[in-house]
Amino acid sequence: MILIVSLLVLLMLVGAVAACVFKDLLSAIIAAALVSLIAAVLFYFLQAPDVAMAEAAVGAALTTAIFVVAIRRTNRYEQ
Amino acid sequence: MRKIISVLLLSIVAVGIYLSVSHIPFGAPKTKVGGHYVEQGMEETGAANMVTSVVVIYRGFDTLGEVTVLFIAAVGLAAVLGIAGQQGFPREPASFVLRNACVVIFPLILLCGTYIFAHGHLTPGGGFQGGVVIASAFVLSYLGGRERRISKRLFGSVESLAGLVFVTTGLIGLAVGGYFLSRILPNGRPYSLLSAGIIPIIYIAIGFKVGSELAGIIDNLIEETK
Amino acid sequence: MTFLENYVFYVGAFGLVLIGLFTILVKRNLIKAIIGLAILDTGVNLFLISVGYLARGTAPIYTRAEQGAQPMVDPVPQALVLTAIVIGVAVLALALALAIRLYRHYGTLDLRKITEQRW
Repeated sequence: MILIVSLLVLLMLVGAVAACVFKDLLSAIIAAALVSLIAAVLFYFLQAPDVAMAEAAVGAALTTAIFVVAIRRTNRYEQ
Repeated sequence: MRKIISVLLLSIVAVGIYLSVSHIPFGAPKTKVGGHYVEQGMEETGAANMVTSVVVIYRGFDTLGEVTVLFIAAVGLAAVLGIAGQQGFPREPASFVLRNACVVIFPLILLCGTYIFAHGHLTPGGGFQGGVVIASAFVLSYLGGRERRISKRLFGSVESLAGLVFVTTGLIGLAVGGYFLSRILPNGRPYSLLSAGIIPIIYIAIGFKVGSELAGIIDNLIEETK
Repeated sequence: MTFLENYVFYVGAFGLVLIGLFTILVKRNLIKAIIGLAILDTGVNLFLISVGYLARGTAPIYTRAEQGAQPMVDPVPQALVLTAIVIGVAVLALALALAIRLYRHYGTLDLRKITEQRW
């Protein structure tokens, strides 16, 4: 159990670093969505199913959608 | 240079965090109020889900403030983008599979969202989660390239009506019970759908409000052309 | 191992907070800074929930089934975080709308170029 949680936390931090490093903003947004999704799983492990539901719906669907719309309106690559 | 200074500042912040957080034990009870809600909440509110009873009853006024913040953010977004009115947006036509799958899946997602916020007092879920699910259904329908748009006026009326239901329920509670959002309805039989007094009314109102507001935000962001 | 058991959630939460802060401080692209803001938000929420956790606790939802003697976790931080998540997405949308507006006005999202142009 603790090993699974540690692995998830590690993966989440790697995703956050990737979201910080990627030059392509679309890839960075997908990495940020991964962070949100793993955070939702961690909320479930912390016995908070309500919060996990909200985080999964917001992080995977809505936040990603509004970021994609925004970079479609602006510029995809970070110079 | 900028990176070095940032890393230095962040390491100072990290040391500060370590010094303060290392005194917070993980997994130990910390507040008494949480224990009270967990032990007495079922008798006091009749809701099986304690998070719901905290959001709607014990901290109901706080939730009204949060919903107001959401409303102000939506209004601010519309003002910043400066939307003139209904104008179509140029789009690439979606593929056949995506278009038809959206037609089938869209009502099912709406049904799922409605289930989530109608059963908020019994199972995990509630107005906020159900509203987000409903808004994501509208995202899907925009991805599917549907030509027909939902009118802004409808979104606005649903949102205002839901807010009005919330405030009116609170004010009736103030008139009858003596404080805002007092429990004016009987608790009913526990674990049944029509139980827990005013919680289902408030949470359905919140569900409609959050759903229409977030869908309106998506709509404004997508619509904005030139 | 006990260190891991005690602090793994705190490490994850504050790791996210620090990475988000670093992104906001260093990156000059506005959308990148807003992504950092989203990560920071997730980190703070994770910390609040892990403060409310009880060892061997269950979710704060009563069921018909026999409960046993297990304690329930604290519902108050969960209620706070629940609303904070939904407000977070609205605030992100507002920030992105400001970024879109700036891009339309200046033709770039780079903060250096925007401050050079002044208006």
